[in-house]
Amino acid sequence: MVAVSSWGRLGCFEHEVVALSDRHQVVSQLKSNPIGIAHGMGRSYGDVCLNPNGMLWKTTGLDRFISLDENSGNLVCEAGVLLRDIQRFVIARGWILPVTPGTQLVTVGGAIANDVHGKNHHGSGSFGDHVNWLKLTRTDGSIIECGPELLPDWFTATVGGFGLTGVITEVEIQLRRVTGPWLSTETIAYGNLNEFFQLADVSEADWEHTVSWIDCAAKGGRGLFMRANPTDSIEHQMPKARKLTMPFVPPISLINKLTLRPFNTAYFNLKRQQASRSVAHYESFFYPLDNLLEWNRMYGPKGFYQYQCVVPRSVGHDAVQAMLKEISRSGEGSFLAVLKTFGNRQALGMMSFPQPGVTLALDFPNLGERTLKLFERLDTIVREAGGRLYLAKDARMPRDLFEAGYPRLAEFLKYRDPGISSALSRRLIGN
Amino acid sequence: MQDNNKKRIVIIGATSAIAEHCARLWVKDTCVDVTLVARNAEKAERVAADLRVRSPQSIIRVLEANFIAPLAIQTLVDEIVAVGIVHTVLIAHGSLPDQDVCQQDLTAGHEALLVNGISPVLFAEAFAGHMEKAKLGTLAIIGSVAGDRGRKSNYVYGAAKGLVTRYAQGLQHRLANTGVKVVLIKPGPTDTPMTAHLKQQGGFAKVEDVAKVIVNAINQGKPVVYAPAKWALIMMIIRHLPSFVFNKLNI
Repeated sequence: MVAVSSWGRLGCFEHEVVALSDRHQVVSQLKSNPIGIAHGMGRSYGDVCLNPNGMLWKTTGLDRFISLDENSGNLVCEAGVLLRDIQRFVIARGWILPVTPGTQLVTVGGAIANDVHGKNHHGSGSFGDHVNWLKLTRTDGSIIECGPELLPDWFTATVGGFGLTGVITEVEIQLRRVTGPWLSTETIAYGNLNEFFQLADVSEADWEHTVSWIDCAAKGGRGLFMRANPTDSIEHQMPKARKLTMPFVPPISLINKLTLRPFNTAYFNLKRQQASRSVAHYESFFYPLDNLLEWNRMYGPKGFYQYQCVVPRSVGHDAVQAMLKEISRSGEGSFLAVLKTFGNRQALGMMSFPQPGVTLALDFPNLGERTLKLFERLDTIVREAGGRLYLAKDARMPRDLFEAGYPRLAEFLKYRDPGISSALSRRLIGN
Repeated sequence: MQDNNKKRIVIIGATSAIAEHCARLWVKDTCVDVTLVARNAEKAERVAADLRVRSPQSIIRVLEANFIAPLAIQTLVDEIVAVGIVHTVLIAHGSLPDQDVCQQDLTAGHEALLVNGISPVLFAEAFAGHMEKAKLGTLAIIGSVAGDRGRKSNYVYGAAKGLVTRYAQGLQHRLANTGVKVVLIKPGPTDTPMTAHLKQQGGFAKVEDVAKVIVNAINQGKPVVYAPAKWALIMMIIRHLPSFVFNKLNI
């Protein structure tokens, strides 16, 4: 047995780990094993990638490229390949992944199963929108090849299907042309939510990437709006690959009531005064935390939750305002807080998270009952606004909120593999 | 057959995760001519396809081989060398046996000693003669920290790797005044599919990092290298612990 925890480090659980490393053997490996769940880098925050006391099929050994058509930008690879390895490989050849989340240390399979989104959602949708086809291995030994046109029902169940429809083994991704690794960026401070929404609205037409850092310790919703476009610039030095590791787990969370407010204020004021336009390497703009290895340790031995919701745009302002008020009053929360508008498009997957509206994501050190009580108050706001929570981040949402937020659940369950189960599926679906 | 501008590399046990990551590093920056030798050609073809995507200009060949029969090993190596001069050989195969099973079942123990000890030595010996004649090349063999001192939890594997260690020493002595370099690599516990079932999260080295150490050691022709380097210190202590202390350790 191997002790495994997810990114939130809320607990460490014993698992029987089976490494998948030969894509042609996955069929026999799944058939001969009891109920399990695919597990890649374990970068989801809650329990979507866990199966305590059960089987984990570790997919990181499925890390081979199969083909790259340099003319069309079609990349075929195994599902355990890291987005980082794709980016570094294809960018030199004039291509880039069209969508990536805030870390590139995730597998392709995980990116599809959670239908991850990035800072360019308004223009490019989520990861599943750029998958041409995928191969799904089921525990009954069958292999299903599906895509937007080929068995589309299986495809839309699997994209965002949090691993429950089978194990993804092979994928074809449509890459996007790019002239280089550089982005021209602009950072603009905003003092309240109205300003944020105005900035988001005027930026969406002309800027490929938009995101904002929000100070969750301030009631009004001040923050820093960041937007970026690819640039042809080649005069810049590659950033030095300086990797730091959080060397140990501190006895208490380094982010707490005493540190949060002064830190956020200092950060806001510092950034507000710095030059707002610059050129950034895509790695430092898209994945700012990837060079601080194991940063999740800074929340101490009890770990942390991430709360990420999306609420419709019509009620977005008021709902976000209400949530910030609750959070600021509680004194909880963290430096890591993100507010972003989603584009006006429905996601492809039956269970995909993105929907038109605005998404708020925040880390919370785990303070036990207090933190959970705060989440209940936030849940009430999300429920009333007609929003939903992101399964890739969740470790605690109540079932009614899940069912209300994901109306296609019943349809999705028809495609479920009975040999697959996770801690999350047992918590929210019952098996 | 041979493109003289390309460095020629032969990898024995090319489907092992460490070997595969070394190959990825070799094709990354330059065009090379790589021969992948494996017990299972179909599996090795998947590794080859990946390397061809990474480096379309490199030559990637696949050979299936019997890893145990001495004559088959000799014939295979002769054939490889007949194609042209080999600059680098990496002998990387092995499989981690279950110590308890080896204690119960001599056949399993025999198999473990053959695959992890005898077989790599025979491959090295077959290449050594050719390289000595050519007066150039680097012959790298993957041993293990487990070969430094026998421990109750895996001494059958450790004994096989100890055999490799002693063999590499002798070969280094023999080839000391030729142009041929012999590199012995001793990886510590590494996060690979071979070890996934026994890993406690966090303690194992990343396979990419171990591969980097190996490729550097081969470039520099270092005689012995631990991967990651911290194992040199750890194993020095373990080797020197007096028995009355060592025997109390549950390792």
